[in-house]
Amino acid sequence: MLSINNLHARVEDKPILKGVTLEVPAGEVHAIMGPNGAGKSTLSYVLSGRGGYEVTEGSASLNGEDLLELEPNERAAKGVFLSFQYPLEIPGVPALTFIRTAVNAQRRARGEDEIAAPAFLKLAKEKAASLKIDFEMLKRGLNVGFSGGEKKRMEIFQMAMLSPKFLILDETDSGLDIDALKIVSEGVNALRSPERGMLVITHYQRLLDYIKPDRVHVLAAGRIVASGGPELALQLEAEGYDKYVGAAA
Amino acid sequence: MSLSTAIENSDLPSRRHEDWRWTDLRGLIRTVPPVSPVFFDVIKSSGPFEGQANAELIIANGRQNWWPGKDAETVEFFEHDAPDNPYDRASLPMAAIAADHAIEPRASIIQFNGDDAASVRFVSATDGTSHHARLGVVVKAGVSAVLLESHEGRGDRYLANTLIEIFLEEGAKLERIVLADDAAEAVAVTTAIVKVAAGATFNQTVLTGGARRQRIETHVAHPGAHAQVRLDGIYLLNAQRHADQTTVVTHGGVDGVTTQLTKGMVADQARGVFQGRIIVAEGADQTDARMGHHALILSDRAEIDAKPELLIFADDVSCAHGNTIGALDEEAVFYARQRGIPELEARAMLTQAFVGEVVERIEHDGAREIAAAWVAKQLGRSEEGGAE
Ligand SMILES: Nc1ncnc2c1ncn2[C@@H]1O[C@H](COP(=O)(O)OP(=O)(O)OP(=O)(O)O)[C@@H](O)[C@H]1O
Ligand SMILES: [Mg+2]
Repeated sequence: MLSINNLHARVEDKPILKGVTLEVPAGEVHAIMGPNGAGKSTLSYVLSGRGGYEVTEGSASLNGEDLLELEPNERAAKGVFLSFQYPLEIPGVPALTFIRTAVNAQRRARGEDEIAAPAFLKLAKEKAASLKIDFEMLKRGLNVGFSGGEKKRMEIFQMAMLSPKFLILDETDSGLDIDALKIVSEGVNALRSPERGMLVITHYQRLLDYIKPDRVHVLAAGRIVASGGPELALQLEAEGYDKYVGAAA
Repeated sequence: MSLSTAIENSDLPSRRHEDWRWTDLRGLIRTVPPVSPVFFDVIKSSGPFEGQANAELIIANGRQNWWPGKDAETVEFFEHDAPDNPYDRASLPMAAIAADHAIEPRASIIQFNGDDAASVRFVSATDGTSHHARLGVVVKAGVSAVLLESHEGRGDRYLANTLIEIFLEEGAKLERIVLADDAAEAVAVTTAIVKVAAGATFNQTVLTGGARRQRIETHVAHPGAHAQVRLDGIYLLNAQRHADQTTVVTHGGVDGVTTQLTKGMVADQARGVFQGRIIVAEGADQTDARMGHHALILSDRAEIDAKPELLIFADDVSCAHGNTIGALDEEAVFYARQRGIPELEARAMLTQAFVGEVVERIEHDGAREIAAAWVAKQLGRSEEGGAE
């Protein structure tokens, strides 16, 4: 599924990723943990194609297809979805309009027919209900004036509507209250399937109680410095990153 | 002053006129274009406000045809063969030329006696010719009217010069929607002179895609006296198009409200001009005036020239203006692209959202929908993205 090999990337001449190698097979959920500034968001941006990053070495592919060659919207149409650490506000574009535009753009890119308005609305109502999102909120400008937790829930709503193949969740748990964490996790777990892969970036083991990872990786100073099973997250929670920060430097 | 005299004397508005420094006509019109021929075919086709008004006035190549609606009593039509020309060529050069050169009848007049909507279509149908037209609009006391005005470029390289004089009697209300769809190489100037009586409301929205050189100018004599004026605009320009929205509002008495909101976008080598002047005369206290102009520049070679001016000679007023010019939020563009929306579509969507606020201020439902569709089309978007 997702193969990252010796990936190096820099921002404004500052090297951030310094040789990330990672394999997420279809059907698996991998968690990435690591100290602030380690490069976790950078990795998610490089995979999704945000401007301003220069890949200097290495590769990243999804199901054998080179991701780094594609435009961000092409990657999205191939199934890459990034749940942003800080979702953007889009004034003047109602959430529903935005998502429908996205759904149809992806369908067009894949040579499929656009979704009809009634079918779209029905699906949106279902998904909103399961994520406990007030449908009226979807008529407001996307994320405008939404609380931090509401924005995260809206990310998962969009994900549910787009049903992507590969999910990257960048600190989707931050800002969520206890109930919202559960609802959001259920939303994510609903998408777990043998064809899908996920990369879950988080600082807290708590999320991993809900979204159970197959593997846990530690990213420090731009490299994966340790990998293990779910127990690694528990160990990090108890011991912190001290020994890895030293190892990466 | 005749047009030929103006050209010979180099008297057409040019950079030398402070108020025309960004919309030079002299450099473009060096010889007198022939007078546009009679053109009737346009009657068969419909304008952008089709179906929104019973009464329709078509002024094609400067010559009028009046189609009274079913209810002829609420909207009346007159012709005036010898109206005076009170316009001073120094301050209103193109209005003065239009008043002198309007083709017979020298002026058409629409009068609203009861609540109604009328559409007025200024059609420029021929390549390389010129015409001048003059229209009067009267809204009787207490009457609420809608004027749906289109400028339709069917030919190209024409010079179209239009003068519109609007009189709102006491307590009258007029919403004027101007949709200017001029040809790429045309030169088009429309000047509206609006006289507002006590307690009247004048609301205007100008939508334009520009022309080779285009100016839509509005002068409002505001009496204060609980009268309300709203002057809005949208310009969406690409290629080498130019659009100038100039407004002058003079508050002459106490207790008047003016709000203005113009938003625009320029791409390629287009040029947008906004000149907004609000004058609050001595003694015009309790004036409330707000002006906003906000624009997006989407290319290095595009240009926006903006001059918001508040000239205040009264003491007790509440006036404010805001003027911002910037680029699209690249973070928002990436966010949309990450969701699968191609770059151009993402930019168009965000631009549409940016000007949408102005569209929402249109009160007439039909006109508001037409304006929204026009914006979408102008940005190369279909309505399909909408999920209402
Ligand atoms: N545009 C930029 N210019 C300069 N430095 C940048 C830029 N963007 C990111 N960085 C730097 O890159 C490093 C990695 O940032 P990144 O956001 O990827 O960290 P992170 O692991 O996601 O941290 P956190 O846990 O705080 O979210 C940081 O030191 C950050 O300051
Ligand atoms: Mg981060």
